[in-house]
Amino acid sequence: MSELQAEVQNSTQQISPLRQQLKEFWFYFSENKGAVVGLFFFLFIVLVAILADVISPHAPIEQYREFILIPPAWQEGGNWSFILGTDAVGRDMLSRLIHGSRYSLYTGCIVIAVTLTIGVSLGLSAGFFRGWWEVILMRIMDIILAVPSLLMALVLVAVLGPGLENAMIAISVTYLPHYVRLSRASAVAENARDYVTASRVAGAGKLRLMFITILPNCMAPLIVQATLSFSSAILDAAALGFLGMGAQPPTPEWGTMLAEAREFITSAWWVVTFPGLAILLTVLAINLMGDGLRDALDPKMKRS
Amino acid sequence: MTAETVLEARDLHRFYEVKGGMFSQGGTVKALSGATFNLEAGKTLAVVGESGCGKSTLARLVTLIENPTSGALKLGGMDVATATSAEDRRTLRQMVQIVFQDPYGSLNPRQKIGAILEEPLKINTSMSAPERKQAVMDMMARVGLRPEAYYRYPHMFSGGQRQRIAIARALMLKPKIVILDEPVSALDVSIQAQVLNLLTDLQQEMNLAYLFISHDLSVVRHIADEVMVMYLGRPVEYGTRDQIFSDPQHPYTRALLSATPMADPNKKRERIKLIGELPSPLSPPSGCAFHPRCPLVNDRCKSEGPVLHHATSGWDVSCHAVEEGRKG
Repeated sequence: MSELQAEVQNSTQQISPLRQQLKEFWFYFSENKGAVVGLFFFLFIVLVAILADVISPHAPIEQYREFILIPPAWQEGGNWSFILGTDAVGRDMLSRLIHGSRYSLYTGCIVIAVTLTIGVSLGLSAGFFRGWWEVILMRIMDIILAVPSLLMALVLVAVLGPGLENAMIAISVTYLPHYVRLSRASAVAENARDYVTASRVAGAGKLRLMFITILPNCMAPLIVQATLSFSSAILDAAALGFLGMGAQPPTPEWGTMLAEAREFITSAWWVVTFPGLAILLTVLAINLMGDGLRDALDPKMKRS
Repeated sequence: MTAETVLEARDLHRFYEVKGGMFSQGGTVKALSGATFNLEAGKTLAVVGESGCGKSTLARLVTLIENPTSGALKLGGMDVATATSAEDRRTLRQMVQIVFQDPYGSLNPRQKIGAILEEPLKINTSMSAPERKQAVMDMMARVGLRPEAYYRYPHMFSGGQRQRIAIARALMLKPKIVILDEPVSALDVSIQAQVLNLLTDLQQEMNLAYLFISHDLSVVRHIADEVMVMYLGRPVEYGTRDQIFSDPQHPYTRALLSATPMADPNKKRERIKLIGELPSPLSPPSGCAFHPRCPLVNDRCKSEGPVLHHATSGWDVSCHAVEEGRKG
């Protein structure tokens, strides 16, 4: 008996499935060079967001009245204490960008968390119970999909009142149908498989079947969808901010910064360019990462 | 020797309603109409027939996944229709388990073998985690799996090993009845023999009753005690293995047996060819369901449906021709 146990323990050390899975994941993920670059840029943004208070040279809302609209340091009239220049009320652009990354990531994370939990629960229940519940739910989702998403978000924010939190709620609602449809489709397909029937014969309850048996087998497309809509969430939050319906000034949110700088677009290029670049690069990095994730996680794309 | 009857089915029916579409009429699919049989502990009843004859429907009824439209089903003396309390359902569930045909679809790809095998215990018993693990290890040794399989995922195993895992899962709750839904038809011939031998050993060891669903008659001849031949949802012949294989009565059984390939080129056999397709269960033929394809058909077969009765040969046959002594 002890021999057997020793053998068992030995074998667990030999193959830890999680590590092997991670290894396999990294193998497929790293084949896509763009995805690796995207991942590292994303990690950089995360780091910047975490360390914002430490690395930013000035407070993001501190106004230096004697340094209004200073160009970036390398240009004529630049000042090395304001590396990326200052905006119309003398706030340091670099510090505001650094702090802005916090709001963007925060928006992305909250939107994903909310849509993923609600969307997956609704979608799984629709795919599992079928019948009138599925019909009603899916038609509601179709209606949400039929309205242009930004318009829908605008209406919701207008009802709830402007602000970053309400913008996040509005964006979550507009993203919900994608998750509901994805998880419903997978749940319907998985529900017909024999292993689900086997669990049912063993007496598994509805909740157990839904969340322990079926859900893990539906996760791959959902994870991909989550990364891809992370970037759209950032973009939409910036768009709402730009339209004055998202984060309110003086919050250094990237979209809001763009909106404030609109009137200086011809006279001071830096106040518009840098927030725009920040949005562009972050979204691009996350999209590249999402592509790599899809290659690595979607079994249908898997070679071997 | 009178063994305990663990499964009693009386006149089981299962109909499915089909909704009419824009261009098609609705109707009732009679997937199973009138199955009656008994199953004793330690015995194997083989259900044979071509695709669509109601074999899998029968499996779904016996495993309590679906309820019969009419008829009585008793598991271990308990009537399924009246046992509705949670406690009774639990007892019933523990009595009957199933092994599926496709070992690639019947194991959850995201769970380790240990978790798959422990699941029935987790749901139905109050064993502690170490007890469960011990039970799983014991069962794995019994079906011939190495202990390290506990920590592995299903995709790391071959078809035969997966089927062993599926068998182990079915036996975790120590059921009295195991439904084997074509358990070896997805496996290589050499692996088939191993799995069949394992099943036979386990049957003797645990006094299991098998309901063996198959269309492979050579496998049935190897494992079955009794054979029930089904056609379009109805049993047409029901007897012991030796009776049916040595002297088949019903014309359908004869055709089925003559179609079994044998590895003996010198043996000349009369080959009975069936003409036509299996009729749609949506609109079964009048009278005897087999009459459009039967070589012994007469006018009575077209109008009057035969019932399963004790034929002169000594077992149950449902055929007018056999009853009247017509020979083709």
